[in-house]
Amino acid sequence: MSAEDRILKMLLPTPFHDRVAAVCETNEWSNWKGYTTPESYTDVELEYFAIRSGTGVFDLSPMVKYRITGPDAEAYLNRLVTRDVSKIKVGRVGYTVWCDEQGQVMDDGTIFHLAENDYRLCSYTHVMDWMSWSALGFDVSIVDETTEVAALSVQGPTSCSCLQAMGLAGLEALKPFGIMDFTFEGVPLMVSRTGFTGDLGYEVWVEPALAVTLWDKLFAAGKPYVIRPVGGAAYELARIEAGFLQAGSDFVPAEETVRIGRSRSPFELGLGWLVDLNKPVFNGRRALLEEKKKGSRYNTVMLDIEGNKPADHAFVYVGNKQVGNVTSAAWCPTSKSNFAIANVDAAYGKPGTELVAEIYYERELHWTRIMAKCVVVEGSPFNPPRRRQTPAPAF
Amino acid sequence: MTDYDVVVVGGGHNGLVCSAYLAKSGRKVLVLEANDVPGGAASTREFSPGYSVSGCANWLYQLNPDVVKDLGLRLDYAARDLSTIGLSPDGKHLTISGNVVTSDHLSAKDKAAFAPFQAKMVKFARLLNTAFKRRPPKLVENNIHDRMTLLKLGIDMKLLGKEDMQELLRLALINMYDVMQETFDDELLQSVLALEGVMGSHMGPRSPNTVFGYIYRRLGEVYGFHGPAQVKGGMGVVGTALASAATASGVEVRTGARVASINLKADSAQGVTLADGTTLTATTVVSNADPKTTFEKLVGFRNIEAGTTRRVSNIRMKGDAAKLHLALDALPDFTGLSGDQLGQRLVIAPSMKYLENAFNHVKYGEFSQAPTMEISIPTVNDADLAPSGKHILSATIQFAPYELKAGWDDNKKVFEQICIDVLASYAPDIRSLITASELLTPADLEAQYNMVGGHWHHGEISLDQIMMMRPFPGATQYATPVDNLYLCGAGAHPGGGVMGLAGRNAAREIIQRGKKA
Repeated sequence: MSAEDRILKMLLPTPFHDRVAAVCETNEWSNWKGYTTPESYTDVELEYFAIRSGTGVFDLSPMVKYRITGPDAEAYLNRLVTRDVSKIKVGRVGYTVWCDEQGQVMDDGTIFHLAENDYRLCSYTHVMDWMSWSALGFDVSIVDETTEVAALSVQGPTSCSCLQAMGLAGLEALKPFGIMDFTFEGVPLMVSRTGFTGDLGYEVWVEPALAVTLWDKLFAAGKPYVIRPVGGAAYELARIEAGFLQAGSDFVPAEETVRIGRSRSPFELGLGWLVDLNKPVFNGRRALLEEKKKGSRYNTVMLDIEGNKPADHAFVYVGNKQVGNVTSAAWCPTSKSNFAIANVDAAYGKPGTELVAEIYYERELHWTRIMAKCVVVEGSPFNPPRRRQTPAPAF
Repeated sequence: MTDYDVVVVGGGHNGLVCSAYLAKSGRKVLVLEANDVPGGAASTREFSPGYSVSGCANWLYQLNPDVVKDLGLRLDYAARDLSTIGLSPDGKHLTISGNVVTSDHLSAKDKAAFAPFQAKMVKFARLLNTAFKRRPPKLVENNIHDRMTLLKLGIDMKLLGKEDMQELLRLALINMYDVMQETFDDELLQSVLALEGVMGSHMGPRSPNTVFGYIYRRLGEVYGFHGPAQVKGGMGVVGTALASAATASGVEVRTGARVASINLKADSAQGVTLADGTTLTATTVVSNADPKTTFEKLVGFRNIEAGTTRRVSNIRMKGDAAKLHLALDALPDFTGLSGDQLGQRLVIAPSMKYLENAFNHVKYGEFSQAPTMEISIPTVNDADLAPSGKHILSATIQFAPYELKAGWDDNKKVFEQICIDVLASYAPDIRSLITASELLTPADLEAQYNMVGGHWHHGEISLDQIMMMRPFPGATQYATPVDNLYLCGAGAHPGGGVMGLAGRNAAREIIQRGKKA
């Protein structure tokens, strides 16, 4: 697609669109950062269970991707993000956040260390202007390669088997957050053991020209392993069950906030472990040091809620006092838990704290309100060993 | 234990003023000046053997009297309260002395309008002075000192009276062109005044903020200067006098000591490293250098957060003023000017259209084909600056861009010739009198006086870059996003012009913060 076409189109097709559209029976589409992507293909629960019991394939192409190269690439990224990038070795991926100078999270994303001073940064938001400003004083090149890389997220217990069957020999040796390079149909294909489902899974990166071929070969090879395309809804359910935060849902990227106080710091999102205050300088450091001293305003907590009614958008109380609200919630089918991610005042974050969620639900136009007890838990309810096992177990 | 309590980077006038106050407070202070003489842009420069000239700033016209008093400064003036003479090629000049304008060619209406206009501008300048004497207030934090400053500013504004207050609010944002058009009829008078609004800036008479620039220069009247003053021995004497005052207060002034970097440990300034490799430690580092030099070159953009680098790189500081220095065999004969008039401030700015046209070129990286000039023949008042019987002409030329599209190396002589041709249309014999010449472009001024863009205010003086926005939001009140690093130069509030307030205010802030600690 030409640059002009991209401008003229309201929503862009991904490189997999022809195949996606052909199997999208529900015809439920949504707009993911300017791309047409399916909410579901056939049935959300079938798709969810493909992720948990077989393999779910999710078109990841709209993910915003920046290629950062040049002699100062590492130094640049180290100043940009909160964690110590020098610890992400070549061939490894690191999850990170980056902050504005108020120490508020602008976005979270992953850094792929492709080669010496050659990185890919994947993000939810388009942040070229901030990245360019941050480049002052650094010898780096930053290229938005969102349209130049097609990607599929291949997730689930049989994901390794599917990809092996497609010809990616030796993939089982890839460790979590590792990168492996293959040749596919004569062109480079990159696989990272990453994902957003909390399960064994991979993300496969290839040039757009090969996208359709990749789709066809993968589904052909995966047939015996219960492979199925999954849409945004099933992927979202898996992500909540895994306890991962979603920008735009669990926090508002700082640059997108309009009202004062609506942004969050990494500490307030429970992502303090991504902040390395021993680094000499990075964007937001001064503010985060100050926050360390003065204390945070909020806590992001995981809640185990009684009953089976999803606590979507529920207010969270201690006694009569509202202390927060739920940002993501779901009845999680595999872990059989009523789980939610909530933003609460800083005083109520400790695991074991008992809270109450005010849940509204509707049955045949009849609305019911329940005050469900919940407890702050440490870690998500879904955390299978296969997620970490290397070599990846064969199913 | 650090080598010094305070290291001041740059021995310009503000750095010296700041250091003197800090030394008086009992601190061990070192001033490091890259050039071989202290004073920065307050400099005297021997541009040809035997011929010395004020190298950057031509005059002293708004040195703050508190600074003079506190530092016990004694300056010898060759001339004070100089008149401004607007030149006309046919000799129909006009002369401004204080509140009076005289000319045989001016209408009674213009003559009558001048004094009230000046008085109003000085009234506004007096209001500015309220804010300039203090640190710039922060708006968000409810600090009592800041609130008092704002309150005082508000009260003073109210006390202007309804009409003048409305007038200030109207004028502050508009341009000299409009104000001159509505106030005076005479083109030359309009233009001579409009030039004052654009001096040293990247603005033409039609640019917004130029009225503010004009009011800014009227601070001189508040500080007792009724026209520019010529310091005996040139502006460099101001530099050496300040250095002596600083030294007398216990400051150690090292010249020829270029600072290569301001050293940080985490977020905190720890000292400096000189170009020769010497490292000095200090509890506090104060930078007299402009904010771009300070953060981009000395601290290093990589060592501070992106929010700051972004603001620093956005500071507008394009200098458009060049300096022309001529060694003359004899006094030139300016058409229609008598000998004693040659010692005044002479201005070539025949009309505002001429000014605007002169400005147009720099927008596109070219120099003016018919530049405007502010001329000083200092030897009329101070014969010692040149060999006996010889003279010097020193002109501030606008407009010449910092970055000439065609490159300065090949075109400096061309522009110099244009300047001399313009001069010759007012003083026809000048070409035959020139024995030596020197043109300092903004790029040369940058190199010579270590100020980015060759901008003598270290950043445009305009409403978006003053008070709490100077040098940039987040670095107000002289402190910076680097702990223990302060700014004391013209880039900080209230600005440049050899006023000394930035240095004084910065010192006061550092002393005040020291008390709290």
